[in-house]
Amino acid sequence: MSDLRCRVRRAAVTGFKRNRDRLELLSTEWPAGLRAPPPSPLPLLLARPRPAQTVDDTMPLETQPPVAANTPIGITLTINGQRRELQVAPWTTLLDLLRERLDLTGTKKGCDHGQCGACTVLVNGTRVNSCLTLAVMKDGAEITTVEGLAGLGDRAGSNALHPIQEAFIEHDAFQCGYCTPGQLCSSVGLMNEGHAHTRDEIREAMSGNICRCGAYTNIVDAIEDVMQGGAR
Amino acid sequence: MNRFDYVRAGTVAEAVQAFGAGARFIAGGTNLIDLMKYEVEKPGRLIDITRLPLDQIEDHGNGLRIGALATNAKVAYDDRVTERYPLLRNAILAGASAQLRNAASTGGNLLQRTRCYYFYDVATPCNKREPGSGCSAIGGMTRIHAIFGTSAHCIATHPSDMCIALAALEAKVQVSGPQGDRSIPFSEFHRLPGDTPEQDTNLVPGEIIVAVDLPESRFPQHFTYLKLRDRLSYAFALVSVAAALELDGDTVKTARLALGGVAHKPWRNREAEALLEGKPATRETFQAAADLIVAEAKPQATNGFKIDLARRAIVRGLEQAAAGTPQSLSDKRIQ
Repeated sequence: MSDLRCRVRRAAVTGFKRNRDRLELLSTEWPAGLRAPPPSPLPLLLARPRPAQTVDDTMPLETQPPVAANTPIGITLTINGQRRELQVAPWTTLLDLLRERLDLTGTKKGCDHGQCGACTVLVNGTRVNSCLTLAVMKDGAEITTVEGLAGLGDRAGSNALHPIQEAFIEHDAFQCGYCTPGQLCSSVGLMNEGHAHTRDEIREAMSGNICRCGAYTNIVDAIEDVMQGGAR
Repeated sequence: MNRFDYVRAGTVAEAVQAFGAGARFIAGGTNLIDLMKYEVEKPGRLIDITRLPLDQIEDHGNGLRIGALATNAKVAYDDRVTERYPLLRNAILAGASAQLRNAASTGGNLLQRTRCYYFYDVATPCNKREPGSGCSAIGGMTRIHAIFGTSAHCIATHPSDMCIALAALEAKVQVSGPQGDRSIPFSEFHRLPGDTPEQDTNLVPGEIIVAVDLPESRFPQHFTYLKLRDRLSYAFALVSVAAALELDGDTVKTARLALGGVAHKPWRNREAEALLEGKPATRETFQAAADLIVAEAKPQATNGFKIDLARRAIVRGLEQAAAGTPQSLSDKRIQ
């Protein structure tokens, strides 16, 4: 596999700085012999300055209350091993907190209604839909997102991928990569639960994660491989 | 999502006390938060009950007491449930996704709202959402709507799988409220729509479910939960059948049958159950019971197919129960 493809695919399974990696790749590492694509307006849109923060920068602008009567609530979350003291509005979902406040954009917003599984994260080791979770209700919990999978268990502090991330690369278990962070967290949750053993059981237990590219066969291959001790 | 006050209750009494007009209790939130995003629900206050000590599953008399906050996953994978109430386990695992079952509570499962498209679409009239505004489902797309117990005001279905098993097992719902504690037989917990479709259950405002009690186990061998739907997993039932039998040789001693996806509440027909009892456990007997049940069906313009689907599902479900070969949860071929 070319270095370029390796980097793109690694970015997809780590969820980390993916957009930046892609832009870098497009601008500086377009393989010789291939024409670079025409300039896209997308980087300009991404680079648009954010509106100036108001005094109350403890909440994302989109969820600011219309009146000052609603006081943000103090909570403590341990996110990917890091303890965070946060002030949140009660209607802030865990998904919006991760993406909009903490810049952990690996976790994806797909349907925002618990139907697609793209927002799956681990709460105290259990997989849930972060879009249907109010952050304030998880006060005290340990949250693991795709950015934190590599640091789980004995890989803490190292740069090694989680075996399921290695397996997704090995088995080509994604195309566009949008559902991948949710698929990865869901896979780890499935293995923590320990109820699925056969291929059919894995498929059933992963049915809360939709992949519109249709990479299901390879996703099941990757999970089976890790369950059998493969993919390191 | 609208703005609301947030209260975290430490005791059941505190939770009940915090209740008032426009308030909602929240536990798993998998249905309520979804409805809030669509602005079907706009609570002025959310009372977080997840810190209440109600998540235990305990032996209770000869039966089992399931705390209202025990998650669907915790109940389904509990050893005692697996051994003594496998019908409940199978029904739970036939519903939703692993992520949702990890979050959703037992009490919340009982209180989830219909998935009628028109109930969710705030741009259309709906008597359940806005009493007196009319029913958009009647004359509309009715694939997922009821064929039993409908009214001129509402044809919505109850969406739960767990509740279909609880109806067949004759569970009891323990509640606590401003007027004290009471116990509600499962068949009296949910309502038919009548002219008050906005009321799904017979809970009074401020009452909170604290537990669901299962009676002594009677159907650990002869049971099935057969769910028919538009895709093989992670979809609501078009028709589902919870069947549970006690057999004396080849004769049916006790029969319990509850249908999902076809009515505003888990649908039982005591006459059909009585018809089965004392009869040989044969296809002919099962067909007679199925015919009796579907004779009452009143389809809408586009859901008449559910009558034949229900008839065949009942017969197949009873056959699976009698043979002791419940529908597999992962292999979707219907044996």
